Amino acid sequence: MNLEGLVPFALALVLAPLLLGVINRTKAFFAGRRGAPLLQAYYDVAKLLRKGAVFSRTTTWVFRAGPILSLAAMLGGLALLPVGGFPAVVAFEGDFVLLAYLLGVARFFTVLAALDTGSAFEGMGASRDVTFSALAEPALLLGLAAVGREAGGLSLSGILPALTAATWLSAAPQIALVAAALLVVFLAENARVPVDDPDTHLELTMIHEVMILDHSGPDLGAILYASVLKLWILGGLLVGVALPVRTGTVLIDLASFLGGLFALAVLTGVIESTMARLRLVRIPQLLVGATTLSILALILVLR
Amino acid sequence: MTQMIEAVMVLLVLTNLLLLGTSRLATCIRTVAIQGVALGTLPVLGHAHELSLRLVLLAVGSASLKGVVFPFLLFRAMREADVRHEIEPFVGYTASILIGIGSLAVSVWASSRITLPGPAVSSLVLPAALFTILVGLFVIVSRRKALMQVIGYLAMENGIYAFGVVLVGEIPMLVELGVLLDVFVAVLVMGIAIYHIRREYDHIDVDELDALKG
Repeated sequence: MNLEGLVPFALALVLAPLLLGVINRTKAFFAGRRGAPLLQAYYDVAKLLRKGAVFSRTTTWVFRAGPILSLAAMLGGLALLPVGGFPAVVAFEGDFVLLAYLLGVARFFTVLAALDTGSAFEGMGASRDVTFSALAEPALLLGLAAVGREAGGLSLSGILPALTAATWLSAAPQIALVAAALLVVFLAENARVPVDDPDTHLELTMIHEVMILDHSGPDLGAILYASVLKLWILGGLLVGVALPVRTGTVLIDLASFLGGLFALAVLTGVIESTMARLRLVRIPQLLVGATTLSILALILVLR
Repeated sequence: MTQMIEAVMVLLVLTNLLLLGTSRLATCIRTVAIQGVALGTLPVLGHAHELSLRLVLLAVGSASLKGVVFPFLLFRAMREADVRHEIEPFVGYTASILIGIGSLAVSVWASSRITLPGPAVSSLVLPAALFTILVGLFVIVSRRKALMQVIGYLAMENGIYAFGVVLVGEIPMLVELGVLLDVFVAVLVMGIAIYHIRREYDHIDVDELDALKG
């Protein structure tokens, strides 16, 4: 356990909802609106935590445990993520597999909670979410395996800091391919536009939003907070791979990481404003494409 | 220069995968054109230290033929035959991409076992060239529209070109021009053939060509 890793950990806990604000502001800018305040996600979480929760009589403890467990899994995932010049709070060989499966655990309990409501509508969303994330997972794992091999490490705290500008110069195609694959995974896992539309509540197109319809009050707040943490974790992975600023000076590294992360939020807003959602049948193709990029990177690294 | 050649090879592999995963004929034509232009730069990149007028002419000639003339001919054939999409391929698009990944692995494995007469510019060239040839073959057998088979043929030719230019290096100019001329005539003839098939059968689905008409 690295105590200095607690600095970016605390920073993530504080700043993560801001990412959502930046994305929404970018979208508002493109739509010619003024948009919600940058701190809207904080207000939402604070408001939801003060409210009472309503539970359907058909639900069991599984439904109540879902949001808490996914939030806990996200906190665990955040502890594995090295940021800028800081090592992760917890680091060991092979921890990127644990990170992938912590994301999986969070999804598993969200899906169970959705199924526990007994609503056919939520079951549909659950089935879609599981399908798409099953396709996104190989892209994530193979991509991380490729950069891991390139950097010569199995721990995220060993891989990400080892990807320097020199690595980019010697292995640009590989890392660019992994970064592209991670961008698709980032968009898919966070239910952003080419895969899912976070704004709409249109029945036929919903994936993530549909699963959390029955949650209310603090539970919904926990889900919202867990989703921004997920945005931070996957975004942090992508920035860690794509932005090789490793000066050794803690402040510069940290600032470049945060800059990269918020630039990614702006990019997400731009993608959401300029692209339409893909048809559902096309999404597997996109995700298989991302997996292909990861495999190609892995082949290039292994050769 | 090795860096640049590797970048071209990665581009080649990615465009191949795009070729396997897309149903729009226009996108396929553009993809093969991009391949052709990228490969056209190879003679210059591969022999940057001893650049001659001959190499530059070869690069410009092949890039303009593959990047401008072929797309023009193919787009015209597409307009005349009035097809835009490969609607029902024999092998679906996601499956095609997976098969593509498989054949990429096969080409990497196979090229590790082939001994070359001379040193290769980059260890990526051989697998990428083999992969392009395999993808071209696969497109030819797995797609229904006659136009896609021309595209597959062009992709295959691109693979052979990559193979030759970088590995053998000094192909006599006459051979090179002869190959380009052959390909040009082939595309021209196939464009005309597609037009006639379309006029006879009202479609260009090759699997139904064995049905007699009369």
